[in-house]
Amino acid sequence: MSNKNQLTTNTKMKRDALEVRPKNSFLSNWIGVTPFFIFTLFFIVLPSVSLVTRAFQDNAGNFTLRNFLDLFSPAILSSYWVSIRISFATALAGGLLGFLMAYAITVGKLPDGVRSGILTFSGVASNFAGVPLAFAFVATMGRTGMVTVLLKNVFHINIYNMGFNLYSFLGLSLTYTFFQFPLMILVITPALDGLKKEWKEAAENLGASQGMYLRKVLLPILMPSILGGMILLFGNSFGAYATAYSLTGGFINLITIMVGSQIKGDVLYNPGLGYALAVGMVIVMLIMMIFYYLLRRRSERWLRK
Amino acid sequence: MAFIELSNISKVYGTTTVVEKVNLEAEKGEFISFLGPSGCGKTTTLRMVAGFEQPNTGSITLDGADITYLPPRQRNIGMVFQSYALFPNMTVGQNIGFGLQTRKLPKEEIKQKVDEMLAMVHLESHIDKYPYQLSGGQQQRIALARALAINPAVLLLDEPLSALDAKIRVELRLEIRRIQQTMGITTIYVTHDQEEAMLLSDRVVVMSQGHVEQIGPPSRIYNYPATEFVAQFVGQLNLLPVSAVDMASATCTVAGHTIRFETSVARELSESPRLAIRPEELQIGFPAAGEEANTLSGEIASVLFLGAIVRLRVLVNGVLITADIFNERNITFPRAGDEIVLNFSKHACWLI
Repeated sequence: MSNKNQLTTNTKMKRDALEVRPKNSFLSNWIGVTPFFIFTLFFIVLPSVSLVTRAFQDNAGNFTLRNFLDLFSPAILSSYWVSIRISFATALAGGLLGFLMAYAITVGKLPDGVRSGILTFSGVASNFAGVPLAFAFVATMGRTGMVTVLLKNVFHINIYNMGFNLYSFLGLSLTYTFFQFPLMILVITPALDGLKKEWKEAAENLGASQGMYLRKVLLPILMPSILGGMILLFGNSFGAYATAYSLTGGFINLITIMVGSQIKGDVLYNPGLGYALAVGMVIVMLIMMIFYYLLRRRSERWLRK
Repeated sequence: MAFIELSNISKVYGTTTVVEKVNLEAEKGEFISFLGPSGCGKTTTLRMVAGFEQPNTGSITLDGADITYLPPRQRNIGMVFQSYALFPNMTVGQNIGFGLQTRKLPKEEIKQKVDEMLAMVHLESHIDKYPYQLSGGQQQRIALARALAINPAVLLLDEPLSALDAKIRVELRLEIRRIQQTMGITTIYVTHDQEEAMLLSDRVVVMSQGHVEQIGPPSRIYNYPATEFVAQFVGQLNLLPVSAVDMASATCTVAGHTIRFETSVARELSESPRLAIRPEELQIGFPAAGEEANTLSGEIASVLFLGAIVRLRVLVNGVLITADIFNERNITFPRAGDEIVLNFSKHACWLI
């Protein structure tokens, strides 16, 4: 009898316990990510749809392919080309520099504090772009900039006479690299932290030289992360506008500057073409993503799926 | 001359001495274990043999050649790590072949050696798998095959089984011993598991706080521990307070009983000597007989069933003594509160 009572109590307790648990409802599961979906809908999906539809419209709102045919003018093609070149160059330079610095602060034996110092700097510098960055470079590397003058007066090196010009492809690349390499440091450091000391020791133990360890073990393991970092850098540079505009003032016709002048310009105002230019940028990025995907698939076939 | 010889090696980090004047001579084909608690310097010593650390003083010779400051890659010593350390970007076959590739051997020769090594660890069908597709035990077998593929002069294993679960651990340690004996390779094995050390080794090096406490065959270490640390660290040990010692008659008083002990094992006594006896040396129930027998009588405080062994905790005049007896299928357990007599030979105990 007492056993039976015990059993009933247990069952009742179990039922009670179930009831006090929060309801696993659809709403509570999804509410946390709702702002994300709202933001993407309003600021990615809808603008993209509008961008693509308007790229096929003329100023009066009629359907046309004119905007896309206009993309093949030499001026526009050359600005795509210069944007791609500068993005590629700064992704490569920034990526390499960032990787080496991240390698130094993770694998290298630097005193405490250097690592956190560089990481803090990277967090700030990777977001330092636009007008302030352009001004900083004008003030230092411009024709009468501090560094330029210092080099000239103290070391008798006139970099402008030697062919350097801040308002050129090289100068702009240098400026972009300033925010590119810190971004690379930020994205590649976790991957470097994930390297096991034992891999290096095992390689040494098996007779591998430092070079062989780098070629056969370290680089293949890091390659997916390096590629990922570089594609991010490419996109970062490809979409940059304010830095280039305020530095060169349209001297170098990046594709973003072309888009800007078509949409808000007083002289060249042709929003339809502007939209088509933007769609062209999306296509360039898509092609880059496909390359990235293929390379990455090749380099990470050993990763846990 | 010994095949591998560590003479007086010491390692200091800052102001801490991690390894202090360690000496060891190992013969070719010998299986040596470094046994000790964490932080006793056993891994550091092994890493100095591998070349990942350099001793501050002393030297290491291998087959007569001084290798103290030789880079790891020139030593021809194989190493197995606790975390397996397989290269994740290489297949099993590439991992095993890596050391041969660094030696620039022809492809066919590498392939043949890889197949041979895989057969040795019974993982032939896994040659094209990546490490993530293998279990921990399989990964460690591959790591062993990789270390042995280069035909090393010495094999080093740094707690290779610690990351594995109990069943695999027991399987793999037998496998390690089998392979070591087949190949006749000189092996140094680091572990904190005394059972592992005793089961595998020809000789065990017990270490504590950076120095060697005792070197000897497992049975010697267990039955004739050289120091109190070894006596306590290896196996279970009763250490009973002694109230009076008479060295002339080799007797002492423990918990009100007169106990005869073996004088030959007694060393210089500490100020408050204790009587040491292993739990399995105590027998219950038999009446004491003969000149060599000792008897303690007390009351059972608790009974612990451990499977093969039943552990009794017995209170003898306020002193707690542990006695192990073998389990039997139809055993009637003694119960807490039962009066009990414990017998042991004078050869089973010694004074510390």
